Amino acid sequence: MKYIDEFNDPELAKRLLDDIHATVKQPWAIMEVCGGQTHSIIRHGIDQLIPDQVEMIHGPGCPVCVTPLELIDKALEIASRPEVIFCSFGDMLRVPGSGRDLFRVKSEGGDIRVVYSPLDALKLARENPDREVVFFGIGFETTAPPNAMAVFQAKRLGVPNFSMLVSHVRVPPAIDAIMQSPACRVQAFLAAGHVCSVMGTQEYPPLVERYSVPIVVTGFEPLDILEGIRHTVHQLERGESYLDNAYARAVPPEGNPAARKLLSEVFTVTDRGWRGIGVIPDSGWRLSETYRDFDAEYRFQVGDIHTDESAVCRSGEVLQGLIKPHECAAFGTQCTPRNPLGATMVSSEGACAAYYLYRRLTTPSTSQREVASIG
Amino acid sequence: MCLAVPGKVLDIWERDQTRMAKVDFGGVEKDVCLEFVPDIEVGEYTIVHVGFALQRLDEKSAMETLALFKELGELDKEFGDAWAQAARDNGREVPE
Amino acid sequence: MAEAVDAQPLDFEGWACPVPLRDSPTIVMGHGGGGQMSAELIEHLFVPAFGSSPGGLADSAVVELGGARIAFSTDTFVVRPLFFPGGSIGHLAVNGTINDLAMSGATPAHLSCGFVLEEGTELGIVGRVASDMGAAARAAGVTIVTGDTKVVDSGHGDQVYVNTAGLGLVPSGVDIRPDRARPGDVVIVSGAIGVHGIAIMSVREGLGFGSEITSDTAALHPLVAAMLAVTPDLHALRDPTRGGLATSLNEIAAASGVGVRLVEKAIPVPAEVGNACSMLGLDPLYVANEGKLVAFVPREHSDAVLAAMRAHPLGGGAAIIGECVEDHPSMVVVTTTFGGTRVVDTPLGEQLPRIC
Repeated sequence: MKYIDEFNDPELAKRLLDDIHATVKQPWAIMEVCGGQTHSIIRHGIDQLIPDQVEMIHGPGCPVCVTPLELIDKALEIASRPEVIFCSFGDMLRVPGSGRDLFRVKSEGGDIRVVYSPLDALKLARENPDREVVFFGIGFETTAPPNAMAVFQAKRLGVPNFSMLVSHVRVPPAIDAIMQSPACRVQAFLAAGHVCSVMGTQEYPPLVERYSVPIVVTGFEPLDILEGIRHTVHQLERGESYLDNAYARAVPPEGNPAARKLLSEVFTVTDRGWRGIGVIPDSGWRLSETYRDFDAEYRFQVGDIHTDESAVCRSGEVLQGLIKPHECAAFGTQCTPRNPLGATMVSSEGACAAYYLYRRLTTPSTSQREVASIG
Repeated sequence: MCLAVPGKVLDIWERDQTRMAKVDFGGVEKDVCLEFVPDIEVGEYTIVHVGFALQRLDEKSAMETLALFKELGELDKEFGDAWAQAARDNGREVPE
Repeated sequence: MAEAVDAQPLDFEGWACPVPLRDSPTIVMGHGGGGQMSAELIEHLFVPAFGSSPGGLADSAVVELGGARIAFSTDTFVVRPLFFPGGSIGHLAVNGTINDLAMSGATPAHLSCGFVLEEGTELGIVGRVASDMGAAARAAGVTIVTGDTKVVDSGHGDQVYVNTAGLGLVPSGVDIRPDRARPGDVVIVSGAIGVHGIAIMSVREGLGFGSEITSDTAALHPLVAAMLAVTPDLHALRDPTRGGLATSLNEIAAASGVGVRLVEKAIPVPAEVGNACSMLGLDPLYVANEGKLVAFVPREHSDAVLAAMRAHPLGGGAAIIGECVEDHPSMVVVTTTFGGTRVVDTPLGEQLPRIC
């Protein structure tokens, strides 16, 4: 794919790595915020290739991981109703609520459908006027405009049987929360590239100022991640901290004004609970008053949900980078991808799941060894 | 939050007063909503997430970034502080 | 909803089923995904009921009957959509069971077929499926010799479900089993992966392709015969259908107690399949295949087997993708294009598109 393949070139990766290795003189802890970046790092083994002194702390940029338990339970409740067609991105299907997940609800007769786009859910609503179609609107700022558009279209086209269960979260307040945590070890951030494609970069200089941390807007392909790390370590080694953009091809400083205009009409900033972290003020979006009719929480009046988090699960501390997954007593024993206690073990880019797979490899690193006789 | 891929706009039309496009992703074609990039044109590249174009891909910037990568290692030998030079070349702010 | 019947109590110790399932155990989609949950359903529910068999849990069982070694296999086909680019449920139903037999090294001979038809299904659809089955069987030189048809009430089926079972003779000297892989064996795949799954997904997700991705469904026994002509001592064969290449490799690695080390850049993935996977957030290693096999070949024969595969129309894209090692037994590890490593685990249930 053009503009993907070129950013997967191993020869260029080597040059970026050489520069990183030549630059790093002391230990640094860098947090990549976005779950997609975590996924890319683990998938390509990037964390094994950068200098040992550079520690990547996997941040809470996994909307699957941070969707509050109460909201998942509400989703399960709504999805169980016979008149409902419940639509969701694939990521959410296996996330455990208090005692069950969407797969289980499906097995009990719930009509649950995986969709690629929120517009697919709207289409289902138009095709099934006698059913209630509910879309699980999760995600960061990247997904918010598409989700907003679905609600906007529902109102404009008059699709009364469509509604959205919203749990949107914003990155900058999360960075605030992480940096204010007393045990915080993060010294720099790779900002989420596609979030910035929408929101622009102007929310980050105040964070740079407040905490004196480098923030580098970073993409997702291996060369993009390496370039983001490279820019970051150069700043760190020089004792500098400023906002840098290592993903210029997809991030103009102003982001996408058209998208933000729709966001301001359809959504309102709200306090949002992050699973495992707690409530972060102004860290989320909910549907605005104008669009309240399409808010599934109001439409379905889901009552008080008693939530039942595992007492043992420490995913919140993992999400903030305060502990590593293997420092949790339940890691690999009570809690595995087969039997996850929290969302960080369920989601494919949750830090715990990533560590579980990576740490099972008990042999010494053989990344330099050529596989014999492989043509 | 961020799985988005770049594709080339092949064709643009309207459906329900909504701007749509057929976008090509290296041989895979999908219909994509263009409402957030209203001035994108056929032949340009755009970043697509969950069926929506979210941003134009700046091809010139992409090529410059790749050229920068290719020069890495070589610049170091000749010019010393290649990184700061490259940052300036790319118009990035390097504070005094 | 199902009628309430007295359910047999089950002991869930050691199940991979997510914890929520154990409180009120029901079948979920993951049980059919071909991954860990499917395997556990077999191991913890069916095997205890049936008793274990000498054949183990391979794609087909090899049994002795009257002095002959017979491979015997069954498979049920519930694919949606029924008709997709490159084939239909009919082609899969015939080729799928033929291939299960071929993975034991058998020459497939005869098939049975059973239909569960939903009331209200157009006869034309059933006719088309039957026609595809007949055509596939004739092309493969196999006869459908017996069958059964049942009809269920409208709403209680999904138009057409097909089961096929097959028999074939295993030549002497051939002992292909999932537990026979050994350190040093070379892992060869017969061609590009991910094609069938993406062909199916393209219908569901509204993806078009410049040059159409069509299912690679095919009967593989002629390819296996060509490989056996080089050496009867192939160690393990598997056609990686549901759960993808990753699942098959993990099954063989676990059964044999060997580690498998793959080289990412050697794994053949067509550009459009890779791009479709990128868009949907899928990993080609977990996408279903048809008409492809993966072979574990003793090192001394690997070059010759590879050449024989490449010379055969069904193996033109054959490639060596890895080897068996003593390290990390039962685990599959891939060396990435950048020189890092990652473990390729069996998926828990079915792979889902993602947005992150």
